[in-house]
Amino acid sequence: MTDKQSSNAYWQANIRIIWICIAIWALVSYGFAIILRPLLSAIKIGGTDLGFWFAQQGSILVFIALIFFYAARMNRLDRDHGVDE
Amino acid sequence: MSQFTLNLIFIGLSFALYIGIAIWARAGSTAEFYAANRGVSPVMNGMATAADWMSAASFISMAGLIAFTGYDNSTYLMGWTGGYVLLAMLLAPYLRKFGKFTVPEFIGDRFYSKTARIIGVICLLIISITYVIGQMTGVGVTFSRYLEVSNSTGLWIGAAMVFMYSVLGGMKGITYTQVAQYVVLIIAYTIPAVFIALQLTGHVLPQTGLFGSLNANDAKFLATLDQVVTDLGFNSYTGHHGTTLNMVMFTLALMIGTAGLPHVIIRFFTVPKVSDARKSAGWALVFIALLYTVAPAVGSMSRFNLNTTMWPGAATGQTFSEPAVSLDAIENDPDKQWMRNWQVTGLLNWEDKNGDGLIQYYNEAGATDGELADVVAQQGLQGNELTTVNNDIMVLANPEIANLPGWVIAIVAAGGLAAALSTAAGLLLAISGAVSHDLVKGALNPNISEKGELLAARISMAASILVATILGLNPPGFAAQTVALAFGLAASSIFPVLMMGIFSKRINKQGAIAGMLAGILSTLLYIFLYKGWFFISGTNSLNDVPAEWVLGISPASFGVVGALINFGVAFVVSNATEEPPLEVQELVESIRVPRGAGDAVSH
Repeated sequence: MTDKQSSNAYWQANIRIIWICIAIWALVSYGFAIILRPLLSAIKIGGTDLGFWFAQQGSILVFIALIFFYAARMNRLDRDHGVDE
Repeated sequence: MSQFTLNLIFIGLSFALYIGIAIWARAGSTAEFYAANRGVSPVMNGMATAADWMSAASFISMAGLIAFTGYDNSTYLMGWTGGYVLLAMLLAPYLRKFGKFTVPEFIGDRFYSKTARIIGVICLLIISITYVIGQMTGVGVTFSRYLEVSNSTGLWIGAAMVFMYSVLGGMKGITYTQVAQYVVLIIAYTIPAVFIALQLTGHVLPQTGLFGSLNANDAKFLATLDQVVTDLGFNSYTGHHGTTLNMVMFTLALMIGTAGLPHVIIRFFTVPKVSDARKSAGWALVFIALLYTVAPAVGSMSRFNLNTTMWPGAATGQTFSEPAVSLDAIENDPDKQWMRNWQVTGLLNWEDKNGDGLIQYYNEAGATDGELADVVAQQGLQGNELTTVNNDIMVLANPEIANLPGWVIAIVAAGGLAAALSTAAGLLLAISGAVSHDLVKGALNPNISEKGELLAARISMAASILVATILGLNPPGFAAQTVALAFGLAASSIFPVLMMGIFSKRINKQGAIAGMLAGILSTLLYIFLYKGWFFISGTNSLNDVPAEWVLGISPASFGVVGALINFGVAFVVSNATEEPPLEVQELVESIRVPRGAGDAVSH
């Protein structure tokens, strides 16, 4: 495999991971916390509903997890493609 | 010991710490001045980024914004944190690999155009100057409240402080003072929050206390708060009252605006490696979340405390079971001392309109039916008698409302100053870097020596501080529009152009310039139509009310539309003109892979 092909494959893999993370990022904030909140309103938590929890706490916790997940996956990807530092 | 002495000691100690760091972390080269020689560990950079990011607004105003609006203002919580996910995946690692010093420099190199770089500089200056004025006024207000000096004296003291460590140390000095300032501000925010959560719910963690039960009657805290505020004629706390579309758009505008703020982006130039830039964004969000997950608890609990102060029966959710607080109690009781303290500042005020000796707090607009209408009729109320309640009081008066010891109040004072000063310093560095590196070296005098540029950087830093202080003393009309103007421009210009520069090899000079201009101009137009031309009041063409917004999109949310316009125009124009030169396409290839980032250190 030439360098060019390898770096293309690396970049495609990166884009794929980004799409997965963006989907989760949007699902918890725009989905659970706002648009889907009425659908989840039957799930009660601490005097209110699940959507409220996602809006004020849950989505922030998921954001943190997403960044560390992305960082870890990319470290592995960097090594697999021989482009790590 | 008097409260004033305590405040003086705590603020004095924190300042001595910052000065000590300033002397230790002097910058000897441009690499140190602009990027702390790229030697900052990811965790340290995360902490510095958190302090850089969390401004006077985050520290003082955010809890109040959430307190008085409830669920609808969760937009700030998600919007001001979700941007870090975008930064970590879409911008920070590649810009770190690029390995230069400023955001406009990337725009200029990637789009092989001085014009593009200059447009980048103009956007950066508008964003950062709007933002820094708010920090400077925050410094003035905090000083005048806690140290009994005038607003302007406070501002000059704050400016002298920033001058010390930013002119001497540049990014290096700012980074390590920001780390110290983060520690001060997070302690200051957390201590009163833990106390108030314990008093109300018995939870040590405010985050779980928010969803816990009241000590008073074991009912759920949020359910009781909803009950009390609706009793008093306000919108329910946990309910959704705005439009879903605008809530989505505003959150998205804050997220991509956050990711496009130059003073945040340049923090990621200071870490040694590309992988550190990704990890560092995660740490930054951890440290930010320590405040942002506490803020909704602080907001809701202090609003609850305010209600129970005004209506003692509200403590168990039986709002009207006891009479409202009496004027006599407010004016004489020791535990109402905080109300008298804050009346002096003009942030809180009351008036016994119907002369019954009680101060009834309620929402006049919500008093048309139900139990509240009966109360209004029976007690002969002439209107809400708690005439002024400023949002900011929720954080500032919190320790006093909860009867916490004087040293806690002093820590809150030092924390508010740390939040304002750390953000001001980060912004000033972004401003002075754009002036000395992009304008002086990039456009006016490309052959300037390393030593000459370092001197130019220090001079432009000193000049920026002076300008910011003068603007802070006489805030212009646009200063109050930070959210609309700074976030709108960052979202509609800087974020899209950086993203396209990294993720597309096809976007060329013409596309980037046309896209940026279209994004900025459409966003400014929409803001000016509703807020007045150049924010001169009375010159607005349309009323700034939800009913008149196009599709219900507020001016502060329009950055999202501006960003879409930017992407669209850049795409169309680029495809109609020639491809970028080969070396630019190779530059894009190289910033996409991490290997070799260490080589970029020496520039």
